[in-house]
Amino acid sequence: MTAIIDYKAGNLTSVKLAFAALGAETVVTSDPKVIAAADRVVFPGVGAAKSAMENLRALGLVEPVKEAAATKPFLGICLGMQILFDHSEEDGGVDCLGIIPGHVRRFPTVSGFKVPEIGWNGVTGNGVTGNKEFYFVHSYYAEIVPETVGVTEYAGVKFTAMVKKGRLWACQFHPEKSGRIGLELLKEWLSC
Amino acid sequence: MLTKRVIPCLDVRNGRVTKGVKFKNNVDLGDPVEMAVAYSDGGADELVFYDITASAERRPIDIGMVEAVAKAIRIPFAVGGGISSVGDMERVILAGAEKISVNSLAVRNPDIIADGAKAFGAQCIVLGMDPVKSGKTASGYEITTRGFREFTGMDAVEWAKRAVDLGAGEIVVNSVDADGTREGFELDITRLIAEAVDVPVVASGGAGKPEHLVTVFEKAKADAAIVAGMIHSGDYTISEIKAAMHAVGIPTRMSW
Repeated sequence: MTAIIDYKAGNLTSVKLAFAALGAETVVTSDPKVIAAADRVVFPGVGAAKSAMENLRALGLVEPVKEAAATKPFLGICLGMQILFDHSEEDGGVDCLGIIPGHVRRFPTVSGFKVPEIGWNGVTGNGVTGNKEFYFVHSYYAEIVPETVGVTEYAGVKFTAMVKKGRLWACQFHPEKSGRIGLELLKEWLSC
Repeated sequence: MLTKRVIPCLDVRNGRVTKGVKFKNNVDLGDPVEMAVAYSDGGADELVFYDITASAERRPIDIGMVEAVAKAIRIPFAVGGGISSVGDMERVILAGAEKISVNSLAVRNPDIIADGAKAFGAQCIVLGMDPVKSGKTASGYEITTRGFREFTGMDAVEWAKRAVDLGAGEIVVNSVDADGTREGFELDITRLIAEAVDVPVVASGGAGKPEHLVTVFEKAKADAAIVAGMIHSGDYTISEIKAAMHAVGIPTRMSW
């Protein structure tokens, strides 16, 4: 069973439907016991880092998320990737989970580049097969760190599109909305 | 590099996709879910569904259709028409749509943009606008509503800026003058809006051949473009459109 963590940070329908399309059983939960019992854990999220961290604390999910990330196949998506890092600049600065050392910053203001970045952008690196496009929606980016396996460029910045640390995978893009290529990545994660 | 999006538009009436010129002479084109799958498999970067009669008839949106589409495709899609409250937006989002497009509703009640952006994030709230050439406003374009039926006296560029200030995350500029003509996008209003706001702008109305998309991306600073009749008719495929874009160096998603 794959647990999709619900911490009131965005809509989980697309994530659920993508796993259903792969025939994977999922349960949407904010119960630490269900998360502890799950074989795999998906940590999605859209919205702001500060309210996401507040929700995690209020729901008593900080330690269960850290525990899951350290012990079982774990997949962070979008904001669920960013808050795995040490710190985000969002909302005047917020300390995050510190599972991956590094910082999350806002895209600079550059003429011709609209923020948020919305749409399909290429990902290069050995974490994904070839230079394929995935679907991104974000105003903040994680810097490149030793765990980075996929890199994307926007507004003159090269940033982390995907990290891997053992069986902990996390991506800035939305594999659940990235067509066949996104589904292939989820399938690969399901067998890691 | 961030690619320029090609977005098929499906106008839905009574559960069927239709196409008409300037909201008239609607022809049945097929099942929305089947067409969504075909376009997604064919390389569409995103889809948009408009329940075209919902506003005029004051009917709520067809949530069952949204759920069926969400189950069938794995690319983002937007839904517009028939939305009258944040509650309606929430039902559409929970059904699996990525974005909600508001048009006439936002003109009547601009606060719906702010309320929607606060509840779901600006990236979920798309402002659709139907500008028409007009001598009555500063930019030379006036906003119409309710399927071009009503003139508002509002300046198109001012409205775009205000909507972004309120929290709109994207703007679809659907030219009344070009809609359904298949003679090319209205470049001037697309560029005026694209230069006035710092959110993505989607050109809409008038796409008839692949060169029209090339032009709107090269000359009007659009981030995405909507296509309808030119692909619904079978005259062109999304692959052909994208090949034309790619050939002249426009960043385009070529593998799917």
